[in-house]
Amino acid sequence: MTPTESPWADHPAAVALAGRHRLRAWEPIPWILALAFYFVFPKYLGFGTELLITILFAVSLDLVLGYAGIVTLGQAAFFGAGAYTVGILAKRGIWNEPITGLVLAAAVAAAIGLGSGLVLLRTGGLTLLMLTLCTMALLEEAANLAHDYTGGFDGLDSLPIAPLLGRFEFNPLYPTTQYLYVLAVLFVCFVFVRTLVYSPFGQSLTGIRENTLRMHAVGAPVRGRLVLCYALSAAIAGVAGGIWAQANAYVNLGTLGLDRAATVLIILVLGGYGRLYGAFVGAIAYMALSHFLSKLYPTAWQLGLGLLLVVIALFARNGILGIAELGVRWLRRPRPMP
Amino acid sequence: MIFGVDVASMLLGGVAAGMVLFIVSVGLSVTMGLMGFVNLAHGGFAMLGGYVIALTMKYWGLGFVPALLVGFVAIAALSAVLERLLYSRLYRAAELDQVLFTIGLVLMMIASVTVLVGPENQPLALPAFLRGQINLGIVQYRTYSVALIVVGILIVTGLWLAFDRTRTGAQIRAAVDNRRMAESLGINIGRLFTLTFAFGSGMAALGGGLGAEFLGLDPQYALKYLVYFLIVVAVGGLGRVTGVFYAALLIGVLDFTLKKYLPQGGTAFIYALTILLLLWRPHGLFGAKTT
Amino acid sequence: MIKRVIAIAAAALALGVTTARAQEVKVGVALPYTGIGAEFAQLVDRGMELYLKLNPDKVKPYKFTLIRRDVKDPSGANAKIAVQELLTQDNVDVLAGWIYSPNAIASAPIVSAGKKLAVIMNAGTAHITNLSPYYVRTSFSMWHAGYALGEASAKVLNAKTAVVGYTDFPPGKDSLAAFKRSFEANGGKVIDEIPMGGAGAVPDFTPFFQRAKDKKPDLFFVFVPAGDHAAAVVKTYAALGMRDAGIKLIGPGDITQDTKLQAMGSAAVGLITMHHYHADLDNPENKRFVEAWKKEYGPNTTPDFMAVGGYDGMAAIVHVAQVLKGKIEIEPALDALKGWKFASPRGPIMIDPVTRDIVMNEYLSEAVMKDGRVYQKVIGKIDGVKDACKEQKIGPCAPPAK
Repeated sequence: MTPTESPWADHPAAVALAGRHRLRAWEPIPWILALAFYFVFPKYLGFGTELLITILFAVSLDLVLGYAGIVTLGQAAFFGAGAYTVGILAKRGIWNEPITGLVLAAAVAAAIGLGSGLVLLRTGGLTLLMLTLCTMALLEEAANLAHDYTGGFDGLDSLPIAPLLGRFEFNPLYPTTQYLYVLAVLFVCFVFVRTLVYSPFGQSLTGIRENTLRMHAVGAPVRGRLVLCYALSAAIAGVAGGIWAQANAYVNLGTLGLDRAATVLIILVLGGYGRLYGAFVGAIAYMALSHFLSKLYPTAWQLGLGLLLVVIALFARNGILGIAELGVRWLRRPRPMP
Repeated sequence: MIFGVDVASMLLGGVAAGMVLFIVSVGLSVTMGLMGFVNLAHGGFAMLGGYVIALTMKYWGLGFVPALLVGFVAIAALSAVLERLLYSRLYRAAELDQVLFTIGLVLMMIASVTVLVGPENQPLALPAFLRGQINLGIVQYRTYSVALIVVGILIVTGLWLAFDRTRTGAQIRAAVDNRRMAESLGINIGRLFTLTFAFGSGMAALGGGLGAEFLGLDPQYALKYLVYFLIVVAVGGLGRVTGVFYAALLIGVLDFTLKKYLPQGGTAFIYALTILLLLWRPHGLFGAKTT
Repeated sequence: MIKRVIAIAAAALALGVTTARAQEVKVGVALPYTGIGAEFAQLVDRGMELYLKLNPDKVKPYKFTLIRRDVKDPSGANAKIAVQELLTQDNVDVLAGWIYSPNAIASAPIVSAGKKLAVIMNAGTAHITNLSPYYVRTSFSMWHAGYALGEASAKVLNAKTAVVGYTDFPPGKDSLAAFKRSFEANGGKVIDEIPMGGAGAVPDFTPFFQRAKDKKPDLFFVFVPAGDHAAAVVKTYAALGMRDAGIKLIGPGDITQDTKLQAMGSAAVGLITMHHYHADLDNPENKRFVEAWKKEYGPNTTPDFMAVGGYDGMAAIVHVAQVLKGKIEIEPALDALKGWKFASPRGPIMIDPVTRDIVMNEYLSEAVMKDGRVYQKVIGKIDGVKDACKEQKIGPCAPPAK
């Protein structure tokens, strides 16, 4: 009895499941576009760097929200933790090498994620939402109180970040190095997340999200998986924060604020959560909308965003990618036989 | 003797602050307990109510108390309309969608008020009999704070009686504890939801107007204090009027005392305490597991 | 027919030549046009525009184009992008703006890399001018008012004890440090320091003021950000009956900002403030300034210290353009401004050649009711006040290591 000769191996469902991690034709497109941006818009690299970092942050949230189903308003806690790790080490002259700095940022953020996840993920619903919010707010207050280390409201400025790989300087006026650096880091992190999501671990997360009770019944270590996922997502958010501090040579309390946490949530939902590339679509759509609408009239931006959220919540829960999926499905629908 | 004055003024200040929190948050607690709906726009109703009250006083020359009534009714009506048209579509939706919808709604509220009225703080002139100081024997204290405490006690008593002694109150309590059972007993859940939602939002409006003296009134009000309202509701327990009352008093007094004696770390303590309380009792100090 | 065509062509040519001769100077303006600082951004912006309108003879033959970019919030990130884009995309000749100190602090490395003159028109944290050699400030430092008020409290108001309440962020801490240093140097004693919440949301001031009242000081020095905080301060002071308890409320002019003063009404009467500008100052330049402002922007509007920061900042930029004949290079520009004197609506001002910060008068004023409105009566004046923090090299104000 050879296992490979199972009669079900050719079933379409089995084929889809086994091949889910294969590269689709359109997947290299965002990366090609990002690289092209570097050459086509050299004057907008400051904006571009900020955009890529936002995407990385949104990807971290997608892991925990879109795949594990944990609704958190406190993701900025990890972003800020990573940013301040890099900031404090650099400002005090203890450590300013960029790449290892990111590793440290990820470690600190993961530690906070692990600690808080073990404690908080026992709860759910409003309680969990409040707990994530309060944890982040507590960190923000702590950073404000420890202003001798963190610079308080004014933050830590002019961080002396060492040149990348010893050669490429971070120029504040012409952020060419920053852009390519962030793009590379985003790529690496994204590949990691993508592999994770398509692995059995990732599949079990989907199972936990869709039907927790059944996963318990099947014997899956639900809490362990959730905490691990939470910590990994925190690590990536920490990388995003750390690289933000390096690219801007600056860190302040805004990295830990509710504003940042709420914005990344909105971006992810706008693009479509649970779909990996929702982060990309959402970040671009949000930044474009923000730029365009706020030029019209300052409050038009807030009104427009509010309206968009209401419409999405009511009619388009899966964001832009969700609408795109519906479109593709409609195009591929079986036509009636003539 | 001095110690007594100190404690008295601390209690009075804290309780007054807590009363404002209570009046705004009680509606949120009941609607969340009853409908299981995460309504982050609740602060928005408080803000809108405050504006209706302040503006009718300014432009129509209404007195403080009539303006409060107008605010209550206007916002209750507005929220009933919103509930029927929009909120009801999301009752069975995922929590995330409810969060997003209500965030979107509150952003629209803030933007509209900013455009129609302006971004600056809206002053609300208290009537003469509520200004100044009042002598309470042990201590001289701000008249308005004392008035708020009285009003708060009246409201909680009234609500408790309404929940405990009226039919509608019993229906609401039943539906909070076990919605399906209540439905199968023939209680019209839809109408109950609308009524409760309208009442809760009207209360928020009242709180917005009453609290303007302490908390100010500007478009950002809707989001600035949202965290405080959510903390009071989460700590008090969903759907429990008395729970919210005690939680609001606790938070109010604690906040006031900390700000006075430990102004450096005040807010941090509140967050830390909330985390500890919620971990100890995830359903709130007075809440119970509902089905 | 031909004659007419030639006439028109000649006119067009002449027009083209004259407009070409008006040399353009591009001024990049970074202000929070949207968000919580929108009101302040508008004041500075209007101040800048009003200078250009009121002084056309000083402006010509140059044409000053204001290229505006929205920094949205005080978090620093957007300010950096805005300044970077003004330098690299819009290729401005001069930078200007900055309401919030964190934004000015975050922009410093870019300003230094960009090598363009940068005129700070509001941000008041003392050591900001040390962060880049190209920063020139025409607004104020927290120490101007705070230090002067400490001295005046002891000498003019004859106070012995004071309690300080301040919003817990760098300008607040700066203000506390400044007041305390000079008050105690002149025989006074600060008996309590109360941080009163953050700069974001306006807190309920009652517990903080209650604590101050219980200490029974002669003076209660309060620093809060200009705007809604100030209104709440005045209200709480009145509500707790602190004036009747014999405690005077004093502070820098942020608490009696002209644009908010009338709304406070009679509750503001008795407030004593020290500031470099308010709309009731009695000098010919200010009379002209206020009149022109009301004519341009409405009879119910008023300029305030932020507007004058924009006005004087623009005057500085125009001066530089005139001296350098439109070719603005950084080193000659700095030389043109070091020691520059100007008759501003706030009185005579000068740019300190060493620190590039402003030197100006400070006025001690008391709020009184006059002709049915709140009026600030000047009860004392100190001439030529420098930023004491940098003058005495305190903490981060010490000159940066070369």
